[in-house]
Amino acid sequence: MSAFSAIIGQTVKASFRAGGGALTGLLFFLTVVTVFPFGVGPDLNLLARIGPAVLWIGVLLSLLLGLDRLFGQDREDGALELIMVSGEPLALFVFARAAGYWLAHGLPIVVVAPILGLILNLDALSLAAVTATLLVGSPALAMIGAVGGALTAGLARGGMLAAILVLPLSIPVLIFGVAAVNGAIADPDPFLAPFLILCAFTMFSAVLAPIAGAAALRLGLD
Amino acid sequence: MGTISSLANPTRFLSWSARILPFVSVLAAVTLGIGLYLSLVASPPDYQQGDSVRIMYVHVPASWLAMFCYLVMAGAALGTLVWRHPLADVSARAAAPIGAAFTFLALFTGSVWGKPMWGTWWVWDARLTSVLVLFIMYLGLLALWRAFDDPTRAAKVAAVLILVGFVNIPIIKFSVDWWNTLHQSASVIRLDGPSIAPSMLWPLVVMAVAYTLIFVALHLAAMRAEIYRRRARTTEILIAARRPSTAVRPAAAH
Amino acid sequence: MTHLPFILAAYGASALVLIGLIVWVVADTRIQKRRLNELEKAGPRRRRSTTQGL
Repeated sequence: MSAFSAIIGQTVKASFRAGGGALTGLLFFLTVVTVFPFGVGPDLNLLARIGPAVLWIGVLLSLLLGLDRLFGQDREDGALELIMVSGEPLALFVFARAAGYWLAHGLPIVVVAPILGLILNLDALSLAAVTATLLVGSPALAMIGAVGGALTAGLARGGMLAAILVLPLSIPVLIFGVAAVNGAIADPDPFLAPFLILCAFTMFSAVLAPIAGAAALRLGLD
Repeated sequence: MGTISSLANPTRFLSWSARILPFVSVLAAVTLGIGLYLSLVASPPDYQQGDSVRIMYVHVPASWLAMFCYLVMAGAALGTLVWRHPLADVSARAAAPIGAAFTFLALFTGSVWGKPMWGTWWVWDARLTSVLVLFIMYLGLLALWRAFDDPTRAAKVAAVLILVGFVNIPIIKFSVDWWNTLHQSASVIRLDGPSIAPSMLWPLVVMAVAYTLIFVALHLAAMRAEIYRRRARTTEILIAARRPSTAVRPAAAH
Repeated sequence: MTHLPFILAAYGASALVLIGLIVWVVADTRIQKRRLNELEKAGPRRRRSTTQGL
């Protein structure tokens, strides 16, 4: 267990170090959300309507940015072989990496999202709903992302490819995340059902994604 | 191990597939001919859709094969990961471009059918959207394969992605269905009627069989090409390894 | 026939894609086979692969 938390801690520390990518991801999120109104126009009613979706897509995209660093280093410096030789379950290692990735890349974005929601003209209820759905939904994105990172570990331009592979798999999370926010705002639509399904996705991916990621890392090695 | 494993030996595969490939191809051509006659000449126009219903006879088989092909790849991926059979990843690799082509056809013919029926080339209908996602997944798989230079390593990693996709496809389908009922627009005409008349069912069944036979023939032929490609690659590496003076290729060993 | 352009487009595209696939597969088989033959003629014989492996 101490090795587990050590890997999480190391992942977080490495992400915040110079060139680590966590702050770049945060800045990217800020930029994407800022660019949207220039595309669709400054109409505040429209922005309030699409705001939750904009924030969600921003999170989805910025979580893709650091995927190539997730396992690339471990593969190059031989850390991956060491872990496999040590007999520790590789899936647990993948889980720890993904958890650390979420803490460093996901959590700061979730904290900043409501502030950016204000400039998109979201009201208090929407802000709360967006933050809540991002909090429970973004770990699923990090887990799915870890699979993409594991599949492309050691490839020259793996980051782009990982993004392409991960995006279609993230569609369900996006659908239910945005649907839950809309459910909280618009009256006839349900909030609890999509919100609970979103929680289910997070738990489901937290179990299956490390297994798939570990298989990809092990098979990609030889 | 029984006959299955001896049939699946690559060298044996090359010899038996060479023998049955002509039969499958001829059978596919004949069935396709009958199917085309039934769907273009012998079947009546629909009382609502008119003759545009004939697009169904190429659209539905294409979408059926788009899914069937992924099923074949998932089975092959299991063969690669569980039994580590070399022919399994040849099968998955050969099926992917064919599956992508059929998925493209399903999208294209669906779109062309949608224009006269719905008045628009594309609706974000649950089924069309799911097929579009499937198409993107096929292309992603092909991109992953191309990214590796070692085909065996590529095959193993791709097998993981195929199975991840296989688990995800029902989830994506469910999500898209849910998303679609939430944003239901009233103008969309549902394509699946309560029941299909026998005069239309027959051409559809024959065309579906014809498409499946075409797929089998293409898949066998593509697997043969893939085996030759890998053998040529191995030989190339062996030659490079034997002659150190010409061994300039860095990717020779893996 | 009603909707003739649409039917033609659907059947035409299907024919084009299927013929394209057939041409590609046949050409690919020929190219790889010829490449293998040339390599085997030029280089040392590959080890026999009647068992596992390609």
